Amino acid sequence: MARVVFPDHLHRFTDGTHELEVDCSSFRQLVRILEEKWPGIESVLTSTMVAIDGQLFQDAWFEKIAPDSEVFFLQRIEGG
Amino acid sequence: MAEVANFKAIGTRPIRPDGVEKVTGRANFGADLNLPDMLHGKVLRSPHAHARIKRIDLTKAQAMEGVYAAISSADFPQEVTSSLSRNILARDKVLYHGHALAAVAARTPRIAEEALARIEVEYEVLPPVLTLDDAMREKATLVSEDLRTNDDENSPPSNIAATQRFERGDVTKGFAEADVIVQEEFRVPSAHQGYIEPHACVATSNPGGRVTVWCTTQGPFEVRSATAGVLNKTVSDIKVIPSEIGGGFGGKTVVYFEPVAVRLSELTGKPVKMVMNREEVFRATGPASATLCKIKVGAKKDGRITAATAWLAYEAGAFPGSPVGPGCMSVFAPYDIDNFLVEGYDVLVNKPKVAAYRAPGAPQSMHAMECAIDELAQKLDMDPIDLRLKNAAKEGTIAPYGPKFPPIGLVECLEAAKRHPNYVNKTSEEVGRGVAVGFWFNIGMQSSAEVNIAEDGAVSIMEGSPDIGGSRASMCLMAAETLGVPYETINAHVGDTESTGFCNLTGGSRTTFATGLAVVKACEDVIAQCKARAAMTWELDVEQVDWRDGQAVPKPGVNIDVEPLSLADIAKTMSRTGGPLLGRASLNAQGAGACFSVNWTDVTIDRETGKVDVKAFTAIQDAGRAIHPAYVEGQMQGGAVQGLGWALNEEYIYNENGVVENASFLDYRVPVASDMPMIDCEIIEVPNPSHPYGVRGVGETPIVAPLAATSNAVRDLLGFRINDLPLSPPNVLAAIDAAD
Repeated sequence: MARVVFPDHLHRFTDGTHELEVDCSSFRQLVRILEEKWPGIESVLTSTMVAIDGQLFQDAWFEKIAPDSEVFFLQRIEGG
Repeated sequence: MAEVANFKAIGTRPIRPDGVEKVTGRANFGADLNLPDMLHGKVLRSPHAHARIKRIDLTKAQAMEGVYAAISSADFPQEVTSSLSRNILARDKVLYHGHALAAVAARTPRIAEEALARIEVEYEVLPPVLTLDDAMREKATLVSEDLRTNDDENSPPSNIAATQRFERGDVTKGFAEADVIVQEEFRVPSAHQGYIEPHACVATSNPGGRVTVWCTTQGPFEVRSATAGVLNKTVSDIKVIPSEIGGGFGGKTVVYFEPVAVRLSELTGKPVKMVMNREEVFRATGPASATLCKIKVGAKKDGRITAATAWLAYEAGAFPGSPVGPGCMSVFAPYDIDNFLVEGYDVLVNKPKVAAYRAPGAPQSMHAMECAIDELAQKLDMDPIDLRLKNAAKEGTIAPYGPKFPPIGLVECLEAAKRHPNYVNKTSEEVGRGVAVGFWFNIGMQSSAEVNIAEDGAVSIMEGSPDIGGSRASMCLMAAETLGVPYETINAHVGDTESTGFCNLTGGSRTTFATGLAVVKACEDVIAQCKARAAMTWELDVEQVDWRDGQAVPKPGVNIDVEPLSLADIAKTMSRTGGPLLGRASLNAQGAGACFSVNWTDVTIDRETGKVDVKAFTAIQDAGRAIHPAYVEGQMQGGAVQGLGWALNEEYIYNENGVVENASFLDYRVPVASDMPMIDCEIIEVPNPSHPYGVRGVGETPIVAPLAATSNAVRDLLGFRINDLPLSPPNVLAAIDAAD
């Protein structure tokens, strides 16, 4: 089961949940599972940044997630 | 990953392909374009920092001879209610001094100015909110009556647009274990990006609704989507052509008057040119956030950090969206800390909406942390680099914002600093020295590139990332390395939104990494085609052909006696082998490696005037792989000078009515060449495994460390700390007087 962590500013979309374990094999599947759990969260999660096992992604839709993966949702980073 | 010893082009320092045009004044910047029958647009700006607009009457302006149109927000699609649309032209309220609220198009700039004076506006003046303290206190005057923190409908209206929080471990337990604790507050003022070229654009339209915008921008595709959004058009209605760009540093990632120029052009049927003057740039375009950062750090006697907390408040300006998020994510990024808590606040004030400025958010929060680390080193009587080495993040460290770091170069930078002759040679008693670390995440995002081969073998690269810091040269070097042809046979061109594939903006230190990756892959596409054509010529299978040193050759063991075919040889006969050679690549680049730096500043202080002079500055930074080392050094030096300016003099000075009193380069003091010593640079190369040549972005990180390095140097010399920036003569003199 992948460990999925939400920062505080996403807690209002997750009923306050900070972290949970999810059985999924891709980011797309993860988002769909979370959308079922918290309807409306998909658009939030796909417009934020995500780190999967230490790698930062601006758009991770088809990225693979392993059973022991760590997934962190982060604020999208821009630059100067 | 190719070994450095094998590189022929990468790591060399050829002259930039766009250099001659720029140094001879032939290059066209934003304000250089003029079209036949062109009108000049000007913007009416608010004289109040906060006021309700009760009435705008454009009729007298519209009636003037030579005026073709006068518009307000009522002339824009009302269904578009974004912050961007309300920043471009105010609707019910003006939210900062200089906020645009009307515009005219006239035959000459002077007529346009005169027409602005004839626009009648009736205001209900409201008290402005000008500081973080005022904005965050209970019952504060509200910048926006509808804003609720984190969009929580159950919360009362507030100036706090959003909050952030990162937490790990147990900070109470961590501080209880500490032998030494440092707790300080730091304020950093707003600083402008200070690009030399003001914003400028020309817009044309046709009756079918198609528009073309020429402008100076870091991101033509972003200008296209932003303009389309404000005008409720589709992106395919709009073509954006980027000019050469005279600096941006993040400040040209947003639009200010491009949609206004388009609307004026649509109403008049003529091209409309708009150019900001310097005062408008200062009053109405985004600076970096002013911040208040409270830091607490505890450590054991051996220097190991046991706990840290950060409370960070960032001014967003009149609309939500400060870079407090990256500020929170970067504040502890250089360190491996088990127990920490970071809280961030995005706060509205009656000032211009902030914009990105090199490593947006990081210089302010890391100034606070790096000053606190310096205080910790003082208390522990440790060398500041040793203290940082004791706690430094490395590959496998879990970053405070969540993920594990892949290979990073912080330890390598710190070790290089310790052995650097500038560090080993200790300063005299008259010189203060301060050390600090810098960090930026770096980003990838989308890029496209095409590589065309001419019939003589010359290579032409077409991509969509405006060249701010020498990226054309870097693209050419990566193409030369990949194709195995001389740098001099390659040209790189920045296309418009209809002549090249989509590219995100030049920013976030992404261009050499991401667009460079697209160029490498497009070159690999060309190589694959060349191998196929050589195979065709030699009547071999393509698997039997190799590409070595810019030539197609039979693979070892293939029994055929032929001369190698160079790119020029294959190009010469390409009409016979399948037509033009064109390589393409488009991608969404992932794996931009984080970039760390170590800086130290040596300063002297005139105790009679309070003037701080920078006597020496050394910058060490991990570039992953320096494609063009001179341009990497240029980024390090430019960022250092901007950071030193922020540390020493740059600030917005507001009066009690929210009016900026130093809106010119005479009074807003950026460093000039005579203020600065030579910035010594050392490039560290810890290759980024996500790029074929190991590239990390290098443009953001250099501005981060100079703020704290300079603060720490002043503290070293004075023996006490001045927590707030800038360390300008009046501020330093007042601190010296207070200490005496």
